[in-house]
Amino acid sequence: MRLDVIFRVAVKIMVPFILMFALYVQFHGDFGPGGGFQAGVIAAAMVILYAIIFGLETAKRLVPPRLVEMMIPLGVLIYAGVGVACMLMGGNYLDYSVLAHDPAHGQEYGILLVETGVLITVAGTMTAIFYALAGRGR
Amino acid sequence: MIASQLPALQVVIPLLGAAVAALTRRSAIAWGIALAVSWTMPLISGALLLQVLTSGPITYSLGGWNPPWGIEYRIDLLNGFVLVLVSLIGAVIIPYARASVEQEIPQGRGAWFYTMYLLCLCGLLGIAITADAFNAFVFLEVSSLSTYVLIALGRDRRALLAAYQYLILGTIGATFYVIGVGLLYTMTGTLNLADIAGRLSEVENARPVLAALAFLTVGISLKLALFPLHVWLPNAYAYAPSAATAFLAATATKVAVYLLIRFFFTVFGVIFVFKTLPVSPIFLALSLAAMFGASIVAVFQNDVKRMLAYSSVAQIGYITLGIALANQDGLTGGIVHLFNHAITKGALFLVMGAVLFRTGSVKLEDLAGLAKRMPISMGAFVVAGLSIIGTPGTAGFISKWYLALGALERGDWWLVFLLVGSSVISIIYIGRVVEATWFRPAGKLASGAREPPRSMLIPALILVAATVYFGFDTTLTVGVAEKAAAALLEGIR
Amino acid sequence: MFVFTDIIAHYNQWVTVFLMVAGLYIVVARGNMVKKLVGLSLFQTSVYLLYISAGKILGGTPPIIEAGREVYSNPLPHVLILTAIVVGVATLALGLALVVRINEAFGTIEEDEIFAEDAE
Repeated sequence: MRLDVIFRVAVKIMVPFILMFALYVQFHGDFGPGGGFQAGVIAAAMVILYAIIFGLETAKRLVPPRLVEMMIPLGVLIYAGVGVACMLMGGNYLDYSVLAHDPAHGQEYGILLVETGVLITVAGTMTAIFYALAGRGR
Repeated sequence: MIASQLPALQVVIPLLGAAVAALTRRSAIAWGIALAVSWTMPLISGALLLQVLTSGPITYSLGGWNPPWGIEYRIDLLNGFVLVLVSLIGAVIIPYARASVEQEIPQGRGAWFYTMYLLCLCGLLGIAITADAFNAFVFLEVSSLSTYVLIALGRDRRALLAAYQYLILGTIGATFYVIGVGLLYTMTGTLNLADIAGRLSEVENARPVLAALAFLTVGISLKLALFPLHVWLPNAYAYAPSAATAFLAATATKVAVYLLIRFFFTVFGVIFVFKTLPVSPIFLALSLAAMFGASIVAVFQNDVKRMLAYSSVAQIGYITLGIALANQDGLTGGIVHLFNHAITKGALFLVMGAVLFRTGSVKLEDLAGLAKRMPISMGAFVVAGLSIIGTPGTAGFISKWYLALGALERGDWWLVFLLVGSSVISIIYIGRVVEATWFRPAGKLASGAREPPRSMLIPALILVAATVYFGFDTTLTVGVAEKAAAALLEGIR
Repeated sequence: MFVFTDIIAHYNQWVTVFLMVAGLYIVVARGNMVKKLVGLSLFQTSVYLLYISAGKILGGTPPIIEAGREVYSNPLPHVLILTAIVVGVATLALGLALVVRINEAFGTIEEDEIFAEDAE
């Protein structure tokens, strides 16, 4: 019997819940502590935990490095794209009020979208940093 | 409709360009994106400056929230000038960069170079355009982080050390800046520069305000490489890729100088900074130390890029001398030298990059007799070198003329003599390079050289031609700088 | 003249200054590159304390409009510090990546050993 059985079983159970918690933090950012950056770091922590227990190769099959490298600029494009969309709809850059039929809903949609962009970029960046630094020196 | 959104587009287009360039794998496509963005930037900044010249400062509220609640982008003469400078330098360097990057940066990393370059451009334009103190910090760090990566992409392994040293010092500088802004926020309750200026008159002599000024000055001085906070600059410029060095030498320190001028004159005000506090003698002493010390060290360098880096430290001393004089002519001279030094140093580093491209070395002993094989490039070097010295007929003379006028306005004859004296020292180090390349028999490396490809030669020649042009026709440079200096000295308070 | 109550009343600023100076001392005094980065992080942490402790509003609730609440916390210092933390993390990551590359290129991360090797 391998010595890390407890770890392996526990992490296998925990990983989906960590992802769920990250999404919870993401979407409740406007009512309590949370938001894109925090959620992104939790999501990346999930991948890192998986990589530590099951090995870097298995983690790279779960979350491919190519995908992670594409996520980083993708989030920036989403955020900047929301700003450009606001400009196209008649407001200033990042003026969310013009995104929907009334300013309050517009602000809600705008913040939701930009926080999604932040989540994607931060999760991608943290995972990419881990992949880049962990694979060296072998 | 686009016209009203130009201030935001000035920053958004490089940011989008950087994100798209990061998605591409091919260096050629990334270069194409960088080219498209870099050639659009001067159009936007030119339109903005034109609008400011005709109808006064432009203000733009980010996110639709009006200042002082929201972040404001405010363009007046001074930062319109800086925006045009940065975008023009970027536009000239990108065609040059294609050949240079292909040779100097390992295969597969070219796209990252252009991504970082576009991020750096976005950051520098953002610092120049914003009127919010913390927003300036964010853009400062965007440009700084991408600069560290640009430097680390150099061929020599010492580029990594240079990038690391710059990272440590640059982060300390940026953190000092944040401390200064935090103290100002605690005392005034706002982050908008104009609003801080308005509220500062009530709390002027409180100790946090003095501490804030001190932290801000030291933090920004680290970024603009004022003596003795310049130690990161020679290594960073010597080991970075040539296109990166040319871009950074011409823009990064100049934008930091702009930020310093903005805080000194617009936020704190001439009377508080220069009459009540002894900032003027301190900056005077440091500028003179930079002008003389750095020039003398430059004389003894064997690596021409390192020599030009020390020369940059000396020339920044001239710009801060203009700030320290704090009168109409002195400040005009400082602002004009910001522009003139940018185009001159840009030209010099572009020429040295071309030399590196053809011969593989920038050491003085390897460049003997190079001018016989590369006469146009070395001729460009001579003309730009004359501008560094301050020969009449070049742009460098115009800035030194105004600095001398500013010194005379204060009755400081000895300053004029020191100005001439430091120019004499620059004759020595420029003369060393000219002597080695023009007047010695061709060495081994030099005999294999020929003129660089046109994509590299033409940008260098454009900048050198600009150096000569702005030595004769000063309506654009001095005209704008004079009005900007007058507006700064008048101040909001 | 410093009275003891002055020190106790401003204890947050004393802690900030202590962390700031400790961080700067580590950057200056230690030659190991990773230790320098640790000192830098410590220095940046002191700045976060400076903002947040100054921005505390006693009795403030989260800044979401709710019936019956009158005193709201000021969200601005927290937002600024979130930005500063992200910048600090990015700088630390970049610095560590540089240290990893320097280790591969030079074989060591002690500054004196690198300078000795470079001087040859």
